[in-house]
Formats: sequence, structure tokens, C-alpha cells
Amino acid sequence: MGNLVVQGVNKAFAGLKALNNVNLNVQSGTVHAIIGPNGAGKSTLLNCFVGKLEPDTGTVMFEDQSLLNRQPHEINQLGVSRVFQTPEIFPDLGLLENVMIPAFAHRDGSFRLNWLPRIDNEAEIRERAEHMLEDVGLADNKADHAGALSRGDKRRLELAMCLVQEPRLLLLDEPTAGMSRADTNNTIDLLKRIGERGITKIVIEHDMHVVFSLAQKVSVMAQGTVIAEGSPEEIRGNPKVQEAYLGGAHL
Amino acid sequence: MFGLSKKDGTLFLVVIGMTLFAPILLNPFPEGSELAQFNAGYPDLMQRFVIFGIFAIGFNILFGLTGYLSFGHAAFLGVGSYAGVWMLKLLTMNVVPAIMVSVVVAGLFSALVGYISLRRSGIYFSILTLAFAQMSFALAYSVLTPITNGETGLQLALDDPRILGVSQVNGSIPPTNFFGFEMRDGFTLDIASWSFTFNVGYYLCAAIMLIAFYLSIRIFRSPFGIMLQAVKTNQQRLRFTGVNTRPYTLAAFIISGMYAGLAGGLMVAMDPLAGAERMQWTASGEVVLMTILGGAGTLIGPVLGAGVIKYFENIFSKINDNVLYNWFSFMPDALQDAFVFMIHPFIGKGWHLTLGIMFMLVIICLPGGVVEGGQRIAKLFRRKKSGPADSGAASLPNSTPAE
Repeated sequence: MGNLVVQGVNKAFAGLKALNNVNLNVQSGTVHAIIGPNGAGKSTLLNCFVGKLEPDTGTVMFEDQSLLNRQPHEINQLGVSRVFQTPEIFPDLGLLENVMIPAFAHRDGSFRLNWLPRIDNEAEIRERAEHMLEDVGLADNKADHAGALSRGDKRRLELAMCLVQEPRLLLLDEPTAGMSRADTNNTIDLLKRIGERGITKIVIEHDMHVVFSLAQKVSVMAQGTVIAEGSPEEIRGNPKVQEAYLGGAHL
Repeated sequence: MFGLSKKDGTLFLVVIGMTLFAPILLNPFPEGSELAQFNAGYPDLMQRFVIFGIFAIGFNILFGLTGYLSFGHAAFLGVGSYAGVWMLKLLTMNVVPAIMVSVVVAGLFSALVGYISLRRSGIYFSILTLAFAQMSFALAYSVLTPITNGETGLQLALDDPRILGVSQVNGSIPPTNFFGFEMRDGFTLDIASWSFTFNVGYYLCAAIMLIAFYLSIRIFRSPFGIMLQAVKTNQQRLRFTGVNTRPYTLAAFIISGMYAGLAGGLMVAMDPLAGAERMQWTASGEVVLMTILGGAGTLIGPVLGAGVIKYFENIFSKINDNVLYNWFSFMPDALQDAFVFMIHPFIGKGWHLTLGIMFMLVIICLPGGVVEGGQRIAKLFRRKKSGPADSGAASLPNSTPAE
């Protein structure tokens, strides 16, 4: 459950090879980090998992089902949720509604003409959403409009929106980017706690502190391909990785 | 109350009260007085208030909730009108089948238009709907003349078959009715110098508007409604949340098309004729104005917007220079001329100018429309009440504490 197997994925944009024969094996229940310099193709790879991009060649299998040639909502309904690089929330709606919407989507499927009941009377969904907001530490301002939140809080809200759906695979695109050190540590704690639920997670991250405190396995990408893979300790000592990072940093 | 929250229930009760007593509320000035021309409580205008109210309520379900701005909703109203007249011609002068068929036909047509137009969003969606409406308008004028009777408009005739009714009564076309109650019937109540007309047609329209309004509240507050709001605020996120947004927007489009068809059906139930000009882009634009003026995305806003625009159209347009001279008769002649000259462009045929200025002021000062204006005034009063002592706060449990 929750395992993802990527084989031979290629993607080119107008001649530029963004992904070059990427192979990845994410085991069920683990936290798998993908690191690499800017432009390495990390986000492009993630986009291929959620139906935002279609790879030119290759396969992406989630629990023995292909994720290719599917609409984003179909992939989500299979049990894959994603936290975006810039928080994607419903800014005009309240915090509670923000979390209730994914909960409805999880319960009712991709479409249901559910116009008769009142949203206030959906006690079960409401409770779950409130519980989820508590979990991420946003319970105190549930009446606010989500657009007014700070960037870090938006990200936590987005995480709550994904978790309330009880996904089996959670994709996190730089979950701590732009956060203070304190917020980053809070997020690490949060992610560790949800790690106990057995959700498989793929984390894209620049912050090595985050990577080494969360991940069981790390894949390093550079120029559209995976150059190294292993446990955090193995990766730390790998000369190829250091070269890729230093090279990237000076460019 | 009615399965609504306390706040919505109160709003609904207020709307019920206002529609029931509209013939009295809209006629505040005594008959024959100088201000009597500002009275709006005559059946024809009251019917228009509620019919366009229905049109705008439906439009708001699409535009207010999903943010998809349709510029072609008049097409559904027009199609509904034609379908309604055909029912009156072929079937019976009872308005019930006419109204029902109007809704169904408009629903089917909006399913087709929506299915195609909703492939795009934003300005492209608006242009697609506009194109469909203008095509419908042009076709009704030309190719479809056998169905629409072209420029003349579709009317009842003395030789209509009317299989469930009679073709004519004493050599004239029978009036539209609701199980025997004729739409034009009513009675006039004279109290002192006031005169109030209670009309069957108005009350039928009002009852249907109340049902339509109630349904729209239910939609707004339902899980379905919250999904539509999510489409407006971040459609991308909604897709990645496992929601297929297409059927949601299409459902909203069809529902609002059916509301438009209902309005068209009621129009012909009140006055059995339908013309192509009902589908013209100006008519589509009008419902956009109504919704924005009243407050898009609010429950009561579209009804208020419809009321304001129809009031201006029918009352302001009737004020002419003679009336103005009368008002300013207390002034010296030269001053009187000057005032009349200045105000002249804004009244009579110039009512559009007044409306336009008002619309601009509302958009700039009150982006939330008339409803936002009302909220601000209410807030002002609350603050005043709770200002000097804190005693006011206890009596207003829902009021926000003064900052």
C-alpha cells in the first residue's frame, strides 16, 4: 500500500531535457526525500505524478495502478495528495471550509450534486475538519479567511487539507520553504507525527536539516536525472552529491 | 425554521413579508399627490420586479458562486419565453404547463451551451456565451421565423388549436390563468386617498420567486454550494483535491439557465408574447448589472439589484421636463430654467445616465453592492449603540466588538 514505482521517465520541453530516464522506487510507509539544485527537475517529476504533466516516455505506478493519462482529480481519488511549492488554498473561504472541502471530496467522490443538506449539519465532516485544524495548530483562528494567514500558516493549512483526505501517498514540495527556523521545526514535528500514520511521503526539500531529520531514503537529482540514492548517511558522504550541489550553488 | 439557519431564516421571513405586502409598501404616496409618480405598486411593475428577481437569483448561482461570468443568459430567458408561448398556443391557457416547459427547454438549451462554453474560463467563457446568445437572437429573427415569428414576435392568435382548452371565448383570445384564476384579475383597496392593487399574476410570480429564493439559499449553504465557491476562489486547488470541477460548473450553469427559463415562462404567463429582443446582449448585460449592483455572491443582492434597475427604468424614465418645472415652480424663472436644464439629461430618456453614474459609484465605493451598503449602515448603527456604554453589547449577541 502506498508504494510508488517510477521507471524510465523522460520529459522534454522544446528540446530541453527536463527529466532524463528517471527511476525511483518509493517504498510503502517511508519518507523519501528528493534533493538537488534548482532546475534539477524535482518539481517537474512531482508534476508527472499528479496529472499536471504527462511524461514523454516511462511509467509511473502507484499501488500497481498507472498514474499516467489521468486527470488530477482522478489521481487524488486514488489516494495521492499534494502540497504545493506555493501554498494552494481557498483564500476567500474560512479555515474550516478550507478543510471541509477536501473532506467532502474524500467522502463524496469527484462529483456529487449534494445540495439538500446544510453544511452546518454535516457534523461528521465538520468534526474531522476541526480535529485536523487542531492537529496542525490552527484551531484558534478557524473563523478567519484563509487568505489572511501568514505563509507558514497557509502551508500548515494546506497540509491539513491534504491529511484530512487520509491519503496513502503524500507529496510535499518544499514544505518548509520561506519558514522561520521555529516554524520549520514545528513542521518537522508535525510531519514526524503524521509519519506515524503510515502515509508514504515524498518530500522535495532544500533544507538539509529537514531532509536528515525526516527521510529514510534520499534521491539526489541533477540535470533531470537521479545521480545518487541511499540513506541520508550515505548521501551525506557521497562526493558526487557534493559536487552537484557546489556546482549548482556557484552557477 | 424551514431547515435554514437562524440568520437565513430571518432573511427569508423578511423577504416573504416584503413580497406579500409589496402592493402596499411600494405605494407609499397618496393617489393624486405630486409624489404619486414615484409609486411602484402597480401590477405590471411589481410582476417585473419579481420576475427579474428570479432571473438575477439564478444568474447569481452561476456568477456569484462559481465566478463564471455569462454574457448570454438572456438567451435562456428568451428560449423559455418562446416555449411558454407555444404551450399557451397549443395546450392550454393555464400557465402551469407553460412555466414548466419553459424551465425544461431552457434547461436543455443551457446544458448544450454550458457543455461547450465551460471548456474555457474567464473572458473566453464570457465571449462564448455571448456568441451563443447573439446567435440565438439572430436565428430567432431570421431562420427560425416559423417558430419565433421573427420581428413581429410570437403572439397568441384566434385560431390557436389549444387542445386542452378553447381557441377563443366570445371572439377574443382567452386570458392566461392559474387553474381558473385569471392573471390580470385582482382587487383594489382604497384607504383614504391611498389606493392599493392586489393582483393575481403578481402573487403567482411572488410565490414562485419565494420558492426560487428558498432553493437558492439551500444551494448556497449546501456542500454543493461550497464546492461552487471553491471553484471561484481556487479551481486549480479543487482539482488537485479530487474534485471534478466540470460537472459542478455545468450543474450551476444549467440551474441558472433554468431560473432564466422560469423568468421567461412567467413573463409570457403575465403577458403572452415573446420577441427576439429579449435575447439581445443588452438583456444579458442587464442581469449582470442587477447582480453586481445588488451584490454578487450575496443571497438577497440580486433581488435588490433587479428592483433598483427596474424601478429606474420604469419610474425615472417617466419624469419629464414638465414635472421638473412643477417641482421648481417656487424658484424665480431664470433659476428654474437653469435647474431644469441641469437635471434634464438625467431623467426621462436619460435615465440610463443616472443608472450608469449610480452603477459606477456603487462599484467604486461599495464593491459588495447595495448589500454591502446596507451592512455598513447597520454596522454604523451598532457602533453608535454600543459606543457610549457597554450596555449595547448584551442586546446584540452577534455584533462584533468595536475595534
